[in-house]
Amino acid sequence: MVILLKILNLAVTLTAAPLLLGIIIRVKAWFAGRTGQPLLQPYYDIWKLLRKGTVYSVSTSWVFRAGPLVSLAVTLTAALLLPMGGLPAVFAFDGDFLVFVYLLGLLRFFMIVSALDTGSSFEGMGSSREAAFSALCEPALLIGLAAVAKITGHASLTPMAASLQPALWTAAGPAFVLVGFALVIVFLSENCRIPVDDPTTHLELTMIHEAMVLDHGGLDLGMLQYAAALKMWLLGLVLVGVVVPIHSGFLCLDTAAALLCMGLLAVVTGIVESSMARIRLLRIPPLLIGAAALSVLALVLVYR
Amino acid sequence: MNNTVDMIMIFLVLTNLALLGLSRLGACIRVAAVQGIVLGMLPLALNRGDIPLHLGLYSAVLIGLKGIVFPWVLLRLLKELKTRREIEPFVGYGTSITLGMAAFVSCIWLGHRLPLPEAGMSALIVPAAFFTIVTGLFLTVSRKKALTQAIGYLVLENGISAFGAAVVETQPLLIELGILLDAFMAVFVMGIAIFHINREFDHIDADKLSSLRT
Repeated sequence: MVILLKILNLAVTLTAAPLLLGIIIRVKAWFAGRTGQPLLQPYYDIWKLLRKGTVYSVSTSWVFRAGPLVSLAVTLTAALLLPMGGLPAVFAFDGDFLVFVYLLGLLRFFMIVSALDTGSSFEGMGSSREAAFSALCEPALLIGLAAVAKITGHASLTPMAASLQPALWTAAGPAFVLVGFALVIVFLSENCRIPVDDPTTHLELTMIHEAMVLDHGGLDLGMLQYAAALKMWLLGLVLVGVVVPIHSGFLCLDTAAALLCMGLLAVVTGIVESSMARIRLLRIPPLLIGAAALSVLALVLVYR
Repeated sequence: MNNTVDMIMIFLVLTNLALLGLSRLGACIRVAAVQGIVLGMLPLALNRGDIPLHLGLYSAVLIGLKGIVFPWVLLRLLKELKTRREIEPFVGYGTSITLGMAAFVSCIWLGHRLPLPEAGMSALIVPAAFFTIVTGLFLTVSRKKALTQAIGYLVLENGISAFGAAVVETQPLLIELGILLDAFMAVFVMGIAIFHINREFDHIDADKLSSLRT
């Protein structure tokens, strides 16, 4: 029975991940007064790319080809560690939140290395920005999760999520609010959403993630896009798990609530993207350091 | 009850961090104003049971001065100035926030060494008040514009009054009001001084004043 639930968790994660992107794009279109593309368009895009062939530049090496494969593999591994609502994670062991954070680190490393392998200065620029910003995001995510681990007394994500009862939430309210804010900033920054990066433009000034995948095409690009969608889903799950502690005990209810909250998160992201301008590149590090500071503050409050 | 005080203290710390990371002068003034208003609620939150008249009066004066009068004076001053933001502070914003976090951690350590006379108070009061004082001092020395330095002074005063609020019941109201009056005068004098500096030199960069000697 537990095995079935674990498989169900993985299946929902794998199938629903691109939908989040679809909802965000739809909300943005609605705000701009357009009808927008179909909700399932990200699936069609990925499917189209997966059927295409790939072209490799003669100046690239195996690193460039390994990039998308490793990215997808690492994200899939990370997906095995996260619980969703009432559904347990496929694997749960002490300290798996560290593994989760550093699997995302490995993902970034391979994205950056494969972008640098092309030798294009444009991709080098994107990699440099990605490295600078994600180095600041990582402490925010890690320390925030560490604070939650300290509050709940569990070092594994599944029992951590299960023990996040509303009573515990109100008892350590300030710390949770701080971690919540930090995680929102991490979610937006890591997924290249608007206050940090603009996913829709191809202008040099605004590109971070888009600049890194410029030379990938066909199957490779499809894998990268699917990995990016999965990453967004996973970070969203972390955020929803911490901010909305709904554990009624009924499996279906908990899972439905978690999925509903994921949808809400996508809508909120769309609203943020439609109502905010991208902030200047030089102002991004203070924002991310601020997020890390919130996490540190939460940890200090917990340890006090 | 204690939870409200905790929330106020955390809010104080957050506004401090915001002040360390903000470059727009107008935003800084508004954040300092919000900090003042929240601080004005502290004596009421600290008090158990019914609120005596003098405490209510003190709170009202605190909120009125720090939340409305000071920001009004400074924002009015800002309208006269050409400067809208701190361009190049001596210490950058990222570094400021990081230093701020380090300062807060050491303030917490300090708070453990300095227990309050009354037991049962929120353990966050001393660290948060000290952190506010340190932030005020840091803002005064690390920023170039005279206006930001004035805001630093206000934050410093906020920290001292947060510290005082923790022992306000053993402290005569008259002294507190006297300190407030001093702060009130100081803001007015600083406002007038900044206005004149701006008129004379076309900028409010305090570090350029040293060139007057040559």
